[in-house]
Amino acid sequence: MPRADRFPPAPGYSSPAILAPGERCGPGFAGLLRVELLLALRRRSDIANPLLFFVTVLALLPIGVGPEPALLARLAPGMIWVMALLATLLSQESLFRSDFEDGSLEQLTLSPQPLYFAVLAKVAVHWLVTGLPLALLSPLLGLMLNLPAAGYGCLVLSLLLGTASLSLIGSVGAALTVALRRPGLLLALIVMPLYVPVLIFGAGAVQAAIDGYAYGVQLAVLAALLAGAAALAPLAAAGAIRISTDS
Amino acid sequence: MSATKGSQPLLQLRGLCCERDGRPLFDGLNLSLEGGAAVQVEGANGAGKTTLLRTLVGSARDYRGEILWCGVPLPSALPQMRDSLLYIGHQAGVRRGLTPLENLAWYGAPEADALAALEQVDLHGFEDSLCQHLSAGQNRRVALARLYLPGSPQLWILDEPLAALDVAGVSSLQGQMACHLSRGGAILFTSHQPVALANLIRVDLAAFAPAEDWEMEACHAQG
Repeated sequence: MPRADRFPPAPGYSSPAILAPGERCGPGFAGLLRVELLLALRRRSDIANPLLFFVTVLALLPIGVGPEPALLARLAPGMIWVMALLATLLSQESLFRSDFEDGSLEQLTLSPQPLYFAVLAKVAVHWLVTGLPLALLSPLLGLMLNLPAAGYGCLVLSLLLGTASLSLIGSVGAALTVALRRPGLLLALIVMPLYVPVLIFGAGAVQAAIDGYAYGVQLAVLAALLAGAAALAPLAAAGAIRISTDS
Repeated sequence: MSATKGSQPLLQLRGLCCERDGRPLFDGLNLSLEGGAAVQVEGANGAGKTTLLRTLVGSARDYRGEILWCGVPLPSALPQMRDSLLYIGHQAGVRRGLTPLENLAWYGAPEADALAALEQVDLHGFEDSLCQHLSAGQNRRVALARLYLPGSPQLWILDEPLAALDVAGVSSLQGQMACHLSRGGAILFTSHQPVALANLIRVDLAAFAPAEDWEMEACHAQG
Protein backbone atom coordinates (compact mmCIF):
# COMPACT_ATOMS: atom_id res chain seq x y z
CA MET A 1 0.00 0.00 0.00
CA PRO A 2 2.07 2.89 -1.28
CA ARG A 3 0.01 5.60 0.32
CA ALA A 4 -0.87 3.87 3.55
CA ASP A 5 0.02 7.00 5.49
CA ARG A 6 -3.10 8.64 4.10
CA PHE A 7 -5.57 6.06 5.48
CA PRO A 8 -7.53 6.69 7.54
CA PRO A 9 -7.87 10.41 6.76
CA ALA A 10 -5.91 12.62 9.06
CA PRO A 11 -8.00 13.94 11.91
CA GLY A 12 -9.08 17.46 11.14
CA TYR A 13 -9.32 16.85 7.44
CA SER A 14 -12.86 17.34 6.14
CA SER A 15 -14.06 17.35 9.72
CA PRO A 16 -15.81 20.69 9.32
CA ALA A 17 -19.19 20.26 10.85
CA ILE A 18 -22.15 18.82 9.13
CA LEU A 19 -24.19 21.30 7.15
CA ALA A 20 -27.32 22.54 8.80
CA PRO A 21 -30.46 22.03 6.72
CA GLY A 22 -30.89 24.83 4.20
CA GLU A 23 -27.18 25.61 4.14
CA ARG A 24 -26.62 23.35 1.19
CA CYS A 25 -26.30 24.76 -2.27
CA GLY A 26 -25.86 23.11 -5.62
CA PRO A 27 -25.05 24.84 -8.89
CA GLY A 28 -27.29 27.80 -9.66
CA PHE A 29 -29.10 28.31 -12.96
CA ALA A 30 -26.00 29.84 -14.54
CA GLY A 31 -23.92 26.88 -13.36
CA LEU A 32 -26.40 24.39 -14.81
CA LEU A 33 -26.43 26.30 -18.07
CA ARG A 34 -22.63 26.32 -18.25
CA VAL A 35 -22.34 22.59 -17.59
CA GLU A 36 -25.01 21.72 -20.18
CA LEU A 37 -23.33 23.93 -22.76
CA LEU A 38 -19.97 22.32 -22.01
CA LEU A 39 -21.47 18.84 -22.47
CA ALA A 40 -23.22 19.85 -25.68
CA LEU A 41 -20.04 21.31 -27.15
CA ARG A 42 -18.16 18.10 -26.31
CA ARG A 43 -20.71 16.00 -28.23
CA ARG A 44 -20.28 17.73 -31.53
CA SER A 45 -21.90 14.96 -33.57
CA ASP A 46 -25.15 15.52 -31.66
CA ILE A 47 -25.06 19.13 -32.84
CA ALA A 48 -24.12 18.26 -36.42
CA ASN A 49 -26.70 15.50 -37.01
CA PRO A 50 -29.91 17.57 -37.06
CA LEU A 51 -28.23 20.27 -39.12
CA LEU A 52 -26.95 17.75 -41.65
CA PHE A 53 -30.42 16.21 -41.85
CA PHE A 54 -31.95 19.65 -42.43
CA VAL A 55 -29.51 20.60 -45.15
CA THR A 56 -29.47 17.19 -46.87
CA VAL A 57 -33.24 16.79 -47.17
CA LEU A 58 -33.72 20.31 -48.46
CA ALA A 59 -30.86 19.86 -50.93
CA LEU A 60 -32.52 16.68 -52.23
CA LEU A 61 -35.92 18.30 -52.61
CA PRO A 62 -35.25 20.06 -55.97
CA ILE A 63 -33.88 16.78 -57.33
CA GLY A 64 -37.08 15.00 -56.28
CA VAL A 65 -39.72 17.47 -57.44
CA GLY A 66 -37.80 19.03 -60.31
CA PRO A 67 -35.92 22.33 -60.40
CA GLU A 68 -38.77 24.50 -61.61
CA PRO A 69 -38.30 27.88 -59.82
CA ALA A 70 -41.99 28.71 -59.42
CA LEU A 71 -42.81 25.30 -57.91
CA LEU A 72 -39.87 25.48 -55.50
CA ALA A 73 -40.80 28.99 -54.43
CA ARG A 74 -44.32 27.74 -53.68
CA LEU A 75 -43.00 24.81 -51.60
CA ALA A 76 -40.14 26.61 -49.84
CA PRO A 77 -41.80 28.09 -46.71
CA GLY A 78 -43.67 24.91 -45.80
CA MET A 79 -40.78 22.56 -46.57
CA ILE A 80 -38.21 24.55 -44.62
CA TRP A 81 -40.55 24.68 -41.63
CA VAL A 82 -41.44 20.97 -41.76
CA MET A 83 -37.78 19.99 -42.03
CA ALA A 84 -36.80 22.29 -39.13
CA LEU A 85 -39.52 20.60 -37.08
CA LEU A 86 -38.33 17.10 -37.95
CA ALA A 87 -34.69 18.01 -37.29
CA THR A 88 -35.65 19.30 -33.84
CA LEU A 89 -37.66 16.17 -33.14
CA LEU A 90 -34.73 13.94 -34.18
CA SER A 91 -32.40 15.60 -31.70
CA GLN A 92 -34.92 15.55 -28.89
CA GLU A 93 -34.75 11.88 -28.00
CA SER A 94 -31.29 12.16 -26.47
CA LEU A 95 -32.17 15.21 -24.36
CA PHE A 96 -32.35 13.35 -21.02
CA ARG A 97 -31.04 9.93 -22.08
CA SER A 98 -27.42 10.05 -20.89
CA ASP A 99 -28.39 11.81 -17.64
CA PHE A 100 -30.95 9.11 -16.99
CA GLU A 101 -28.45 6.33 -17.61
CA ASP A 102 -25.66 7.69 -15.41
CA GLY A 103 -27.98 8.55 -12.52
CA SER A 104 -27.49 12.31 -12.61
CA LEU A 105 -31.16 12.82 -13.52
CA GLU A 106 -32.09 11.08 -10.27
CA GLN A 107 -29.60 13.29 -8.42
CA LEU A 108 -31.31 16.34 -9.93
CA THR A 109 -34.71 15.17 -8.66
CA LEU A 110 -33.17 14.85 -5.16
CA SER A 111 -31.53 18.25 -5.20
CA PRO A 112 -33.12 20.98 -3.08
CA GLN A 113 -33.41 23.20 -6.15
CA PRO A 114 -36.59 22.98 -8.23
CA LEU A 115 -36.33 20.61 -11.17
CA TYR A 116 -38.03 23.31 -13.29
CA PHE A 117 -34.80 25.29 -13.66
CA ALA A 118 -32.69 22.23 -14.43
CA VAL A 119 -35.09 21.33 -17.26
CA LEU A 120 -35.17 24.92 -18.46
CA ALA A 121 -31.36 25.00 -18.58
CA LYS A 122 -31.23 21.78 -20.59
CA VAL A 123 -33.87 23.01 -23.03
CA ALA A 124 -32.18 26.39 -23.42
CA VAL A 125 -28.93 24.68 -24.37
CA HIS A 126 -30.77 22.29 -26.69
CA TRP A 127 -32.22 25.30 -28.52
CA LEU A 128 -28.84 27.04 -28.62
CA VAL A 129 -27.25 24.06 -30.39
CA THR A 130 -30.15 23.04 -32.67
CA GLY A 131 -32.88 25.67 -33.08
CA LEU A 132 -30.56 28.64 -33.31
CA PRO A 133 -28.24 27.13 -35.97
CA LEU A 134 -31.30 25.90 -37.92
CA ALA A 135 -32.75 29.41 -37.96
CA LEU A 136 -29.41 30.92 -38.96
CA LEU A 137 -28.94 28.37 -41.76
CA SER A 138 -32.46 28.81 -43.14
CA PRO A 139 -31.74 31.82 -45.43
CA LEU A 140 -29.14 29.74 -47.26
CA LEU A 141 -31.67 26.98 -47.84
CA GLY A 142 -34.27 29.57 -48.81
CA LEU A 143 -31.85 30.69 -51.50
CA MET A 144 -31.50 27.09 -52.74
CA LEU A 145 -35.29 26.76 -52.90
CA ASN A 146 -35.81 30.10 -54.62
CA LEU A 147 -37.64 31.63 -51.67
CA PRO A 148 -38.97 35.09 -52.69
CA ALA A 149 -36.96 37.94 -51.22
CA ALA A 150 -39.80 39.18 -49.04
CA GLY A 151 -39.78 35.96 -47.01
CA TYR A 152 -36.25 35.88 -45.58
CA GLY A 153 -36.59 38.12 -42.56
CA CYS A 154 -39.84 36.51 -41.54
CA LEU A 155 -38.41 33.00 -42.06
CA VAL A 156 -35.52 33.62 -39.66
CA LEU A 157 -37.70 35.38 -37.08
CA SER A 158 -40.42 32.73 -37.15
CA LEU A 159 -37.86 29.93 -36.87
CA LEU A 160 -36.11 31.62 -33.95
CA LEU A 161 -39.40 31.85 -32.04
CA GLY A 162 -40.82 28.56 -33.28
CA THR A 163 -37.86 26.24 -32.70
CA ALA A 164 -37.63 27.45 -29.08
CA SER A 165 -41.26 26.37 -28.58
CA LEU A 166 -40.52 23.06 -30.30
CA SER A 167 -37.56 22.40 -27.97
CA LEU A 168 -39.70 23.15 -24.93
CA ILE A 169 -42.65 21.02 -26.04
CA GLY A 170 -40.38 18.17 -27.09
CA SER A 171 -38.74 18.09 -23.65
CA VAL A 172 -42.04 16.82 -22.20
CA GLY A 173 -42.09 13.92 -24.63
CA ALA A 174 -38.40 13.20 -24.06
CA ALA A 175 -38.94 13.13 -20.28
CA LEU A 176 -41.94 10.78 -20.62
CA THR A 177 -40.07 8.30 -22.82
CA VAL A 178 -36.61 8.44 -21.22
CA ALA A 179 -37.11 5.24 -19.20
CA LEU A 180 -38.06 3.25 -22.30
CA ARG A 181 -35.22 1.40 -23.94
CA ARG A 182 -36.48 2.04 -27.47
CA PRO A 183 -38.90 4.94 -27.54
CA GLY A 184 -38.91 4.89 -31.35
CA LEU A 185 -42.05 6.44 -32.75
CA LEU A 186 -43.67 6.95 -29.36
CA LEU A 187 -41.89 10.26 -28.84
CA ALA A 188 -43.07 11.48 -32.25
CA LEU A 189 -46.65 10.37 -31.51
CA ILE A 190 -46.71 12.24 -28.21
CA VAL A 191 -45.05 15.39 -29.44
CA MET A 192 -46.29 15.79 -33.02
CA PRO A 193 -49.86 16.94 -32.25
CA LEU A 194 -48.42 19.60 -29.94
CA TYR A 195 -46.03 20.74 -32.66
CA VAL A 196 -48.86 21.38 -35.13
CA PRO A 197 -49.94 24.88 -33.96
CA VAL A 198 -46.33 26.06 -34.09
CA LEU A 199 -45.98 24.71 -37.63
CA ILE A 200 -49.24 26.33 -38.79
CA PHE A 201 -48.36 29.78 -37.52
CA GLY A 202 -44.68 29.51 -38.48
CA ALA A 203 -45.22 28.47 -42.08
CA GLY A 204 -48.26 30.78 -42.28
CA ALA A 205 -46.17 33.78 -41.26
CA VAL A 206 -43.61 33.16 -43.99
CA GLN A 207 -46.32 32.65 -46.62
CA ALA A 208 -48.03 35.88 -45.54
CA ALA A 209 -44.72 37.75 -45.80
CA ILE A 210 -44.17 36.39 -49.32
CA ASP A 211 -47.70 37.33 -50.38
CA GLY A 212 -47.10 40.86 -49.13
CA TYR A 213 -49.44 40.75 -46.14
CA ALA A 214 -48.64 41.84 -42.61
CA TYR A 215 -47.23 38.90 -40.63
CA GLY A 216 -47.06 40.53 -37.21
CA VAL A 217 -50.06 38.57 -35.95
CA GLN A 218 -48.56 35.18 -36.72
CA LEU A 219 -45.27 36.15 -35.08
CA ALA A 220 -47.18 37.42 -32.05
CA VAL A 221 -49.00 34.09 -31.79
CA LEU A 222 -45.65 32.26 -32.08
CA ALA A 223 -44.26 34.45 -29.29
CA ALA A 224 -47.34 33.74 -27.17
CA LEU A 225 -46.92 29.99 -27.77
CA LEU A 226 -43.29 30.35 -26.71
CA ALA A 227 -44.23 32.22 -23.53
CA GLY A 228 -46.83 29.58 -22.66
CA ALA A 229 -44.44 26.73 -23.40
CA ALA A 230 -41.64 28.31 -21.35
CA ALA A 231 -43.95 28.59 -18.36
CA LEU A 232 -45.63 25.19 -18.57
CA ALA A 233 -43.44 22.72 -20.48
CA PRO A 234 -40.60 22.55 -17.90
CA LEU A 235 -43.20 21.90 -15.19
CA ALA A 236 -44.71 19.06 -17.20
CA ALA A 237 -41.26 17.69 -18.06
CA ALA A 238 -40.22 17.83 -14.39
CA GLY A 239 -43.32 15.81 -13.45
CA ALA A 240 -42.59 13.35 -16.23
CA ILE A 241 -38.99 12.96 -15.02
CA ARG A 242 -40.23 12.09 -11.54
CA ILE A 243 -42.47 9.41 -13.06
CA SER A 244 -39.66 8.09 -15.26
CA THR A 245 -37.14 7.82 -12.43
CA ASP A 246 -39.70 6.01 -10.24
CA SER A 247 -39.31 2.61 -11.86
CA MET B 1 -29.71 20.39 13.47
CA SER B 2 -30.21 20.94 17.19
CA ALA B 3 -33.85 19.90 16.88
CA THR B 4 -32.83 16.59 15.38
CA LYS B 5 -30.56 15.68 18.25
CA GLY B 6 -31.70 13.96 21.38
CA SER B 7 -35.34 12.96 21.48
CA GLN B 8 -36.07 11.84 17.92
CA PRO B 9 -34.09 9.38 15.83
CA LEU B 10 -33.19 10.84 12.45
CA LEU B 11 -34.82 8.19 10.36
CA GLN B 12 -37.42 5.67 11.41
CA LEU B 13 -39.12 2.92 9.42
CA ARG B 14 -42.29 1.33 10.74
CA GLY B 15 -43.66 -1.78 9.09
CA LEU B 16 -42.24 -0.81 5.72
CA CYS B 17 -43.08 -3.08 2.82
CA CYS B 18 -41.94 -2.52 -0.73
CA GLU B 19 -42.78 -4.21 -3.98
CA ARG B 20 -41.30 -3.99 -7.41
CA ASP B 21 -43.32 -4.68 -10.54
CA GLY B 22 -46.05 -6.20 -8.37
CA ARG B 23 -43.64 -8.62 -6.66
CA PRO B 24 -43.36 -8.13 -2.91
CA LEU B 25 -39.72 -7.75 -1.83
CA PHE B 26 -39.94 -7.46 1.96
CA ASP B 27 -42.47 -6.39 4.54
CA GLY B 28 -42.68 -5.43 8.18
CA LEU B 29 -39.28 -3.75 8.15
CA ASN B 30 -38.71 -1.74 11.32
CA LEU B 31 -35.59 0.33 11.73
CA SER B 32 -34.42 3.37 13.55
CA LEU B 33 -31.30 5.33 12.73
CA GLU B 34 -29.77 7.96 14.99
CA GLY B 35 -27.01 10.46 14.52
CA GLY B 36 -23.64 8.76 14.97
CA ALA B 37 -24.93 5.33 13.92
CA ALA B 38 -24.70 3.35 10.71
CA VAL B 39 -26.95 0.70 9.21
CA GLN B 40 -25.69 -1.90 6.79
CA VAL B 41 -28.46 -3.44 4.69
CA GLU B 42 -27.67 -6.94 3.52
CA GLY B 43 -29.50 -9.41 1.37
CA ALA B 44 -29.18 -11.58 -1.70
CA ASN B 45 -29.27 -10.08 -5.18
CA GLY B 46 -32.82 -9.04 -5.89
CA ALA B 47 -33.75 -8.91 -2.21
CA GLY B 48 -34.74 -5.25 -2.58
CA LYS B 49 -31.73 -3.38 -1.19
CA THR B 50 -31.65 -0.80 -3.96
CA THR B 51 -35.44 -0.47 -3.91
CA LEU B 52 -35.30 0.17 -0.16
CA LEU B 53 -32.76 2.96 -0.58
CA ARG B 54 -34.67 4.52 -3.48
CA THR B 55 -37.84 4.38 -1.40
CA LEU B 56 -36.09 6.13 1.48
CA VAL B 57 -34.86 9.00 -0.67
CA GLY B 58 -38.31 9.36 -2.22
CA SER B 59 -37.44 8.21 -5.77
CA ALA B 60 -39.62 5.11 -5.58
CA ARG B 61 -43.05 5.75 -4.15
CA ASP B 62 -44.59 2.29 -4.22
CA TYR B 63 -44.51 1.32 -0.53
CA ARG B 64 -46.69 0.71 2.47
CA GLY B 65 -45.84 1.49 6.04
CA GLU B 66 -44.32 4.59 7.52
CA ILE B 67 -41.03 6.39 6.97
CA LEU B 68 -40.36 9.17 9.47
CA TRP B 69 -37.70 11.85 9.16
CA CYS B 70 -37.09 13.46 12.59
CA GLY B 71 -40.52 12.21 13.62
CA VAL B 72 -42.40 13.60 10.62
CA PRO B 73 -43.84 11.10 8.11
CA LEU B 74 -42.11 11.11 4.76
CA PRO B 75 -44.15 12.57 1.95
CA SER B 76 -44.46 15.85 3.88
CA ALA B 77 -40.94 15.73 5.36
CA LEU B 78 -39.28 15.00 2.01
CA PRO B 79 -37.94 18.54 1.38
CA GLN B 80 -36.37 18.71 4.85
CA MET B 81 -34.91 15.25 4.45
CA ARG B 82 -33.45 15.97 1.02
CA ASP B 83 -31.87 19.08 2.48
CA SER B 84 -29.78 16.86 4.75
CA LEU B 85 -29.25 14.00 2.33
CA LEU B 86 -26.28 12.81 0.34
CA TYR B 87 -27.37 9.92 -1.86
CA ILE B 88 -25.11 7.87 -4.10
CA GLY B 89 -27.21 5.41 -6.02
CA HIS B 90 -26.54 2.33 -8.06
CA GLN B 91 -25.94 4.66 -11.01
CA ALA B 92 -23.57 6.96 -9.25
CA GLY B 93 -24.50 10.23 -10.93
CA VAL B 94 -21.11 10.82 -12.51
CA ARG B 95 -21.52 12.51 -15.88
CA ARG B 96 -19.22 10.84 -18.32
CA GLY B 97 -18.82 13.88 -20.55
CA LEU B 98 -17.37 15.92 -17.67
CA THR B 99 -14.04 15.73 -15.86
CA PRO B 100 -13.97 14.66 -12.19
CA LEU B 101 -13.41 18.27 -11.19
CA GLU B 102 -16.40 19.49 -13.22
CA ASN B 103 -18.52 16.68 -11.80
CA LEU B 104 -17.81 17.81 -8.25
CA ALA B 105 -18.40 21.43 -9.24
CA TRP B 106 -21.81 20.32 -10.56
CA TYR B 107 -22.54 19.11 -7.04
CA GLY B 108 -21.67 22.57 -5.77
CA ALA B 109 -18.09 22.04 -4.56
CA PRO B 110 -15.61 24.93 -4.77
CA GLU B 111 -12.50 24.04 -6.77
CA ALA B 112 -10.06 23.89 -3.85
CA ASP B 113 -12.34 21.52 -1.89
CA ALA B 114 -12.94 19.40 -4.97
CA LEU B 115 -9.19 19.05 -5.62
CA ALA B 116 -8.54 18.04 -2.01
CA ALA B 117 -11.38 15.50 -2.14
CA LEU B 118 -10.11 14.01 -5.40
CA GLU B 119 -6.66 13.66 -3.86
CA GLN B 120 -8.21 11.78 -0.94
CA VAL B 121 -9.78 9.25 -3.32
CA ASP B 122 -6.46 8.83 -5.12
CA LEU B 123 -7.53 10.56 -8.33
CA HIS B 124 -4.75 13.14 -8.15
CA GLY B 125 -3.63 13.73 -11.72
CA PHE B 126 -6.96 12.70 -13.24
CA GLU B 127 -8.87 15.91 -12.35
CA ASP B 128 -8.94 17.06 -15.94
CA SER B 129 -9.46 13.82 -17.87
CA LEU B 130 -12.97 13.06 -19.05
CA CYS B 131 -14.78 10.48 -16.91
CA GLN B 132 -15.60 8.42 -19.99
CA HIS B 133 -11.88 7.72 -20.27
CA LEU B 134 -11.58 6.52 -16.66
CA SER B 135 -12.15 2.99 -15.44
CA ALA B 136 -15.26 1.77 -13.59
CA GLY B 137 -13.45 1.89 -10.26
CA GLN B 138 -12.15 5.38 -10.92
CA ASN B 139 -15.66 6.57 -11.84
CA ARG B 140 -16.90 5.10 -8.59
CA ARG B 141 -14.21 7.09 -6.76
CA VAL B 142 -15.35 10.29 -8.45
CA ALA B 143 -18.82 9.69 -6.99
CA LEU B 144 -17.35 8.81 -3.60
CA ALA B 145 -15.23 11.96 -3.59
CA ARG B 146 -18.47 13.77 -2.68
CA LEU B 147 -18.16 12.11 0.75
CA TYR B 148 -14.79 13.80 1.30
CA LEU B 149 -16.02 17.33 0.64
CA PRO B 150 -16.09 19.55 3.71
CA GLY B 151 -19.53 20.57 4.90
CA SER B 152 -21.35 17.33 4.33
CA PRO B 153 -25.10 16.72 4.66
CA GLN B 154 -26.01 14.77 7.78
CA LEU B 155 -27.48 11.61 6.29
CA TRP B 156 -25.56 9.49 3.82
CA ILE B 157 -27.47 6.88 1.85
CA LEU B 158 -25.05 4.84 -0.21
CA ASP B 159 -25.80 1.98 -2.58
CA GLU B 160 -22.88 -0.47 -2.70
CA PRO B 161 -20.22 2.15 -1.93
CA LEU B 162 -17.51 -0.50 -1.70
CA ALA B 163 -18.18 -2.13 -5.06
CA ALA B 164 -15.35 -1.86 -7.60
CA LEU B 165 -12.96 -0.36 -5.02
CA ASP B 166 -9.48 -1.72 -4.35
CA VAL B 167 -8.20 -2.60 -0.88
CA ALA B 168 -6.73 0.84 -0.20
CA GLY B 169 -9.94 2.50 -1.38
CA VAL B 170 -12.07 0.35 0.91
CA SER B 171 -9.94 1.17 3.94
CA SER B 172 -9.95 4.89 3.10
CA LEU B 173 -13.73 4.88 2.70
CA GLN B 174 -14.20 3.10 6.02
CA GLY B 175 -12.04 5.75 7.64
CA GLN B 176 -14.15 8.51 6.10
CA MET B 177 -17.38 6.79 7.18
CA ALA B 178 -16.07 6.52 10.75
CA CYS B 179 -15.15 10.21 10.59
CA HIS B 180 -18.69 11.07 9.48
CA LEU B 181 -20.19 9.04 12.33
CA SER B 182 -17.88 10.71 14.83
CA ARG B 183 -19.16 14.16 13.85
CA GLY B 184 -22.77 13.11 14.43
CA GLY B 185 -23.71 12.01 10.92
CA ALA B 186 -25.71 8.92 10.07
CA ILE B 187 -25.08 6.41 7.30
CA LEU B 188 -27.35 3.86 5.69
CA PHE B 189 -25.64 1.72 3.10
CA THR B 190 -25.82 -1.61 1.32
CA SER B 191 -22.86 -3.89 0.98
CA HIS B 192 -22.04 -7.54 0.57
CA GLN B 193 -18.69 -7.08 2.31
CA PRO B 194 -18.17 -6.93 6.05
CA VAL B 195 -17.47 -3.35 7.10
CA ALA B 196 -15.56 -2.47 10.24
CA LEU B 197 -17.43 0.38 11.90
CA ALA B 198 -18.33 1.07 15.50
CA ASN B 199 -22.05 1.57 16.09
CA LEU B 200 -22.97 -0.56 13.09
CA ILE B 201 -26.44 -2.14 12.89
CA ARG B 202 -26.72 -4.93 10.34
CA VAL B 203 -30.09 -5.60 8.77
CA ASP B 204 -30.63 -8.68 6.62
CA LEU B 205 -33.58 -8.26 4.28
CA ALA B 206 -33.94 -12.06 4.11
CA ALA B 207 -35.41 -11.89 7.63
CA PHE B 208 -38.25 -9.72 6.29
CA ALA B 209 -39.04 -11.73 3.17
CA PRO B 210 -42.79 -11.97 2.65
CA ALA B 211 -43.66 -15.58 3.45
CA GLU B 212 -47.18 -16.00 2.18
CA ASP B 213 -49.46 -14.19 -0.19
CA TRP B 214 -52.07 -13.54 2.49
CA GLU B 215 -49.51 -11.68 4.56
CA MET B 216 -48.99 -9.38 1.64
CA GLU B 217 -52.73 -8.81 1.46
CA ALA B 218 -52.74 -7.92 5.15
CA CYS B 219 -49.94 -5.48 4.47
CA HIS B 220 -52.01 -3.85 1.70
CA ALA B 221 -55.02 -3.62 3.99
CA GLN B 222 -52.99 -1.82 6.65
CA GLY B 223 -51.58 0.68 4.18
